[in-house]
Amino acid sequence: MAAVSATHLSKSYGKVQALQDLSFTVEAGELYGIIGPDGAGKTTLFRILTSLLLADSGTAEVAGHDVVKDYRAVRNVIGYMPGKFSLYQDLTVEENLHFFATVFNTTIEENYHLIADIYKQIEPFRKRLAGKLSGGMKQKLALSCALIHKPEVLFLDEPTTGVDPVSRKEFWNMLLKLKRQGITIVVSTPYMDEATLCDRVALMQHGKFLGVDTPKHLMEQYPETLWAVRSDGMHRLLGDLKAYPHVRSSFSFGAAYHVTLGGEGNPEELKAYLETRGHTGVEVYAIPPSVEDCFMLLSKNTGDER
Amino acid sequence: MKDSVIYADGLTKRFGLFTAVDHISFEVERGEIFGFLGANGAGKTTAMRMFCGLSIPTSGTGRVAGYDIASQPEEVKRHIGYMSQKFSLYEDLKVWENLRLFGGIYGMRGRKLARKSNEMLRDLGFEAERETFVRALPLGWKQKLAFSVAIFHEPKVVFLDEPTGGVDPVTRRQFWELIYRAADRGITVFVTTHYMDEAEYCDRVSIMVDGRIEALDTPRNLRTRFGAETMDEVFQQLARRATRQSD
Repeated sequence: MAAVSATHLSKSYGKVQALQDLSFTVEAGELYGIIGPDGAGKTTLFRILTSLLLADSGTAEVAGHDVVKDYRAVRNVIGYMPGKFSLYQDLTVEENLHFFATVFNTTIEENYHLIADIYKQIEPFRKRLAGKLSGGMKQKLALSCALIHKPEVLFLDEPTTGVDPVSRKEFWNMLLKLKRQGITIVVSTPYMDEATLCDRVALMQHGKFLGVDTPKHLMEQYPETLWAVRSDGMHRLLGDLKAYPHVRSSFSFGAAYHVTLGGEGNPEELKAYLETRGHTGVEVYAIPPSVEDCFMLLSKNTGDER
Repeated sequence: MKDSVIYADGLTKRFGLFTAVDHISFEVERGEIFGFLGANGAGKTTAMRMFCGLSIPTSGTGRVAGYDIASQPEEVKRHIGYMSQKFSLYEDLKVWENLRLFGGIYGMRGRKLARKSNEMLRDLGFEAERETFVRALPLGWKQKLAFSVAIFHEPKVVFLDEPTGGVDPVTRRQFWELIYRAADRGITVFVTTHYMDEAEYCDRVSIMVDGRIEALDTPRNLRTRFGAETMDEVFQQLARRATRQSD
């Protein structure tokens, strides 16, 4: 049985179509990532799946329960960590955790093993008010509270937004451990590099999934050869690449530009062309695409950019 | 310090017993893109607030755009631009109203303001959006507009606090092209980010750990020194040395 299944979900806010006929399934035990920028519709989707918002049309089931008809059953078997910190700021760390355990008819002791790894890091501050915690500690408390009733499916809405790279890595290590305990995890993020840690990822923009696949397969499906291009004058290189007639796309990627070439183009010619434009230290070499390359390729014709 | 637009010498900020910023010293030149990196809680925001004239240092010296941050904070504010992910523009004002408001705050009037507004909207390709309420713009456009507003009064330096958070990958790159253009015009750019690929786009990068600057160099030199393939690896190596709790 699928842990989550959504069929033709649509939701509009006035003229804005937040979700457009979205259908997908998440298998039990899967770590499923929903990757997309702000405004893609991620939070709307999470709120529908957690029974907090009604879709305009379409249906969804979580752990076999309909999110509208059986919303009470859904709420018992899910854990939800919203993007905005939503615990009681004027209760202590321990009081928050105790509260959530009690609401779900359980005790901290009963499921302590599930949260031990995470909760131990904040336990020294258990008498501190939640509102007085640092960002990283709030995040760990919120995750502990979402887990304390042993949910079957965990929904995490942008848990790492605004979090520095080191803390992000730690958070994902926690998720991988939870997955090993058999919990299904649906997690959204605007950081494309986190996609590779998921079993499958859905790339989302404008209320639709641009593609759903394993990160590996997604990258293998990239239809073009991708070239990394560098020179000693990186700022100037961008303009020169765009001026080259056979360059189909070029995007900056850290220390290099990622370039695709049209029919007539080849790397030797590109290198020669750049050298005639006065570039030194020119390097052009094939590289495997990242999830971000795939996202940009798929979103190319749907963007709202200028 | 002939051409340095930002100058810090032993700059320190304490809150009670806690030293948020601990003797940082560096200079940033005219037209340079300077990446200011660090983990949450490393002291970046506190340092940035001092450079913007919003917080008086406990000790040390800082100069921004030629003005002392401790004794001339109002002059500092007049000569800098600032943009953050959280606050950018007034959502319930139209595009042109935002321009007039921010231009007016920095003392621009009449024809000069009108000419500058037109130029800016044309450069961005936003002429058709002049009468649009900012809340109706897509996030990526808002961010581009917010940046243009932050440099509308031609400040010597612009401070960008995580300007690209949550923005889609294509718009994020277009945003950096705006940064390059501003730097080419001689505006110094001081930027924080959690995207390590963006660290590569800076001329120089500093990495703050526990209130101190642990490394400062070009991205290429940093990668070489730390034997790392990417700036993310450099960051991971340095930030893991932190001993104090995040934020």
